[in-house]
Amino acid sequence: MAEITLSKLAHSYFAKPRGEADFALKEMDHVWQDGGAYALLGASGCGKTTLLNIISGLVTPSQGRVLFGGRDVTRAPTAERNIAQVFQFPVVYDTMTVRENLAFPLKNRGRDAAYVARRVDQIAKMIGMESALDRRAQGLTADAKQKISLGRGMVREDVNAILFDEPLTVIDPHMKWELRTQLKQLHREFGHTMIYVTHDQTEALTFADKVVVMHEGRVVQTGTPEELFETPEHTFVGYFIGSPGMNLFDAEVQGETARVNGIDVPLGAAYPALRGRVQIGIRPEFVSLAAEGLPVTVTRVEDVGRHRILRAEAFGRPVNLLLPEGEAAATGQTRLRLAPEKINVYADDWRVKPLGQQRGA
Amino acid sequence: MKRPGSAIVMTLYLLFLMVPVYWLVNMSLKTNAEITRTFTLWPQDLTFQNYVTILTDPSWYMGYVNSLTYVAMNTVISITVALPAAYAFSRYRFLGDKHLFFWLLTNRMAPPAVFALPFFQLYSSVGLFDTHIAVALAHCLFNVPLAVWILEGFMRGVPREIDETAYIDGYSFPRFFVRIFMPLIASGVGVAAFFCFMFSWVELLLSRTLTSVNAKPIAATMTRTVSASGLDWGVLAAAGVLTLIPGGLVIWFVRNYIAKGFALGRV
Amino acid sequence: MDKSQNNRAWFLVLPVLVLVAFSAVIPLMTVVNYSVQDTFGNNAFFWAGLEWFEEIITSERIHAALGRQVLFTAIILAIQVPLGIFVALHMPKKGFWASLCLILMAMPLLIPFNVVGTIWQIFGRVDIGLLGRVLTALGFDYNYTSDWLDAWATVIVMDVWHWTSLVALLCYAGLQSIPEAYYQAAKIDQASRWAVFRHIELPKMRGVLLIAVLLRFMDSFMIYTEPFVVTGGGPGNATTFLSIDLVKMAIGQFDLGPAAAFSIIYFLVILLISWVFYTVMTNLDRETK
Repeated sequence: MAEITLSKLAHSYFAKPRGEADFALKEMDHVWQDGGAYALLGASGCGKTTLLNIISGLVTPSQGRVLFGGRDVTRAPTAERNIAQVFQFPVVYDTMTVRENLAFPLKNRGRDAAYVARRVDQIAKMIGMESALDRRAQGLTADAKQKISLGRGMVREDVNAILFDEPLTVIDPHMKWELRTQLKQLHREFGHTMIYVTHDQTEALTFADKVVVMHEGRVVQTGTPEELFETPEHTFVGYFIGSPGMNLFDAEVQGETARVNGIDVPLGAAYPALRGRVQIGIRPEFVSLAAEGLPVTVTRVEDVGRHRILRAEAFGRPVNLLLPEGEAAATGQTRLRLAPEKINVYADDWRVKPLGQQRGA
Repeated sequence: MKRPGSAIVMTLYLLFLMVPVYWLVNMSLKTNAEITRTFTLWPQDLTFQNYVTILTDPSWYMGYVNSLTYVAMNTVISITVALPAAYAFSRYRFLGDKHLFFWLLTNRMAPPAVFALPFFQLYSSVGLFDTHIAVALAHCLFNVPLAVWILEGFMRGVPREIDETAYIDGYSFPRFFVRIFMPLIASGVGVAAFFCFMFSWVELLLSRTLTSVNAKPIAATMTRTVSASGLDWGVLAAAGVLTLIPGGLVIWFVRNYIAKGFALGRV
Repeated sequence: MDKSQNNRAWFLVLPVLVLVAFSAVIPLMTVVNYSVQDTFGNNAFFWAGLEWFEEIITSERIHAALGRQVLFTAIILAIQVPLGIFVALHMPKKGFWASLCLILMAMPLLIPFNVVGTIWQIFGRVDIGLLGRVLTALGFDYNYTSDWLDAWATVIVMDVWHWTSLVALLCYAGLQSIPEAYYQAAKIDQASRWAVFRHIELPKMRGVLLIAVLLRFMDSFMIYTEPFVVTGGGPGNATTFLSIDLVKMAIGQFDLGPAAAFSIIYFLVILLISWVFYTVMTNLDRETK
């Protein structure tokens, strides 16, 4: 097991990339700590899978280095890296039985038969397939096959890391939850570094200790679920995490006040003079109906079970807020109060730290 | 990015395929004197006379016209009758369907040599001997079963729901078949047509047996010329080169579908 | 897929039925008819019972031709199937080179059979052929018109040249359908090159491989034109395969009765072996569902 360091890493699928747009992965530095449970979260096509394949050695990066515990493995083949990876769609060896499938990675590494048998039984129990061990893998359902793929990924105990590439896509919802819980448990027991790629924020937030959010080939933020929620470093994080996402308003910021379409909104701290497109963002959880504040027009109220979402429009842009239980929904024209200490300020999509504060990444 | 070994293997294999063809082309551009008297790796005395001979003599070039005529007729007939049959096999169970399907396939397994004489007698007795349609019909023997088989494979890949939706939307069967179904299996039709063309174009035994003058295929013209003059290698080679062209053109048009096509829709 | 019962589907099959009946059933009946009769010319026929069948089954000439045919087909399959797989595994996966390989490989398949014969006849001749010249220059006493071994070698190399690409293209199509993730997973699992072939590539190629074997078996068992053009069945009878013998008998010697009996037995043998292939194939199909 080892810490995985990405140094000045970038990748383009073009032989001769012209400009930044040709890069699937923009230059980045990142450290995956040994034993961490990470989620790699982002929309489809943001470079998550590319990053994963670079770590496992299936893709050689155009530039930069990959280090496993200080050893440079950038050009090392997959086999040398001792990595396990589970893919989005099930990969099973049709000609083998379930047992042979699970034993395959161990046999290829020449482990002795007794160990292999013991390990296969443990894994079979974990994925709930003990009774199917001697069946041919060919005739099984898609989710049974994916469980075998997961099992093959976890069967080796000595791996440097286990990578999951949206592994639960084909699994039905009930089983999804159960398997995710088991992965989590596995992590606690054995302490493998795990990187779990997903585009589903619930999956990411429930699985990981640290969530890495990617956007257009860039890591935009790495943090605990709370950090991502409280202080999104990039407007994309605000928008992508949370349901509904963060509200954003174009604003002019001066000191402790933001001016949105001529209306003053107090901020929780003072900010330096800013250039570029300046926006303020606030989560719907911290917006409330008030007698004064931003004037909005309510468009509708949605009941999503645990709470209600009030959807409104301010200066032609949508605004959402969560209504606390029992509070009456407003209709027509009303005003909103934004909790000052929960407002984040962004310049050109990146969060600006308030004056005199050192927190944040 | 692949191992250099692969490049070597493919180079050797393609060389093996191309060298005999090169030799044919090489010979077609030489004079007979050069062919028989000296041994040269490329034409020293480049001539197109052999091609001129073929393209100006109707007894030669009509061979191409005849071949292409019956090949085209065969392809059209085979596909036309195979389409509805393939649909029936892919969509319905009916009395004797499995036996019928297998019986059709057995015709693909029949050696043409077995049929040569009976065909000759059959087509002579109905007055079709030495016509294009006779050869086209004779080639249906192996092309229709093949076309049914290929098309059935492609049609099986189209979900039944499409048929049902179309019927619910009020399409009649013929209109549904032409307007909706055919475009969906267009690549299958292309593949089937390719194979019909191929097997009809390369076959000689039946086409030679069933023709004498008016519908004589180019391939047969070649064999006769060899036995008659025996020595006109240059013209023979040129005629051979010209038979490569239709096949080459067809391959060029279907180049993007070759791999899928050869799997007959069954991968 | 569940098919619905519908006997009216027969109407859709009718055109095929009529056409194939015309071009297969009627001629076959003629053959059967001849096979049980004898003639002394003038279109006068006499009932001959199973006499011709007996003659064919006990004929040493036919036994020899059958022996040559089986040997030829066995050699052809033994070379072309592994070679075809081997070539398919080394073909580029996509891009310009893949297209070029596909086009060049498909070439021999679209050359009329007798032109294939002509190409090799010219190529192998010791006086004007590249192959013949080169082999002679290397000190081999090569001459396919007089030496039976040379004739066999030439005919086999010609068939390998002609048809290996079919096997390769079929296998290539099978390989193309394997998702990239399978190869990636195999790398992660540290599978050897052999294991990748045995457990990923071969299973995916099984279906197309059976089609290839079936086609190659049938066509090589019926081979006529190519060896006929190159060797004319010689030297002696060394390359007289079943079809060549049959045509000699039917059209050369006009022995209609024996030729017809021969035809029927010939057809039945192919049918029997193909039926075995077909059964295996459909059973495998069912297994994969």
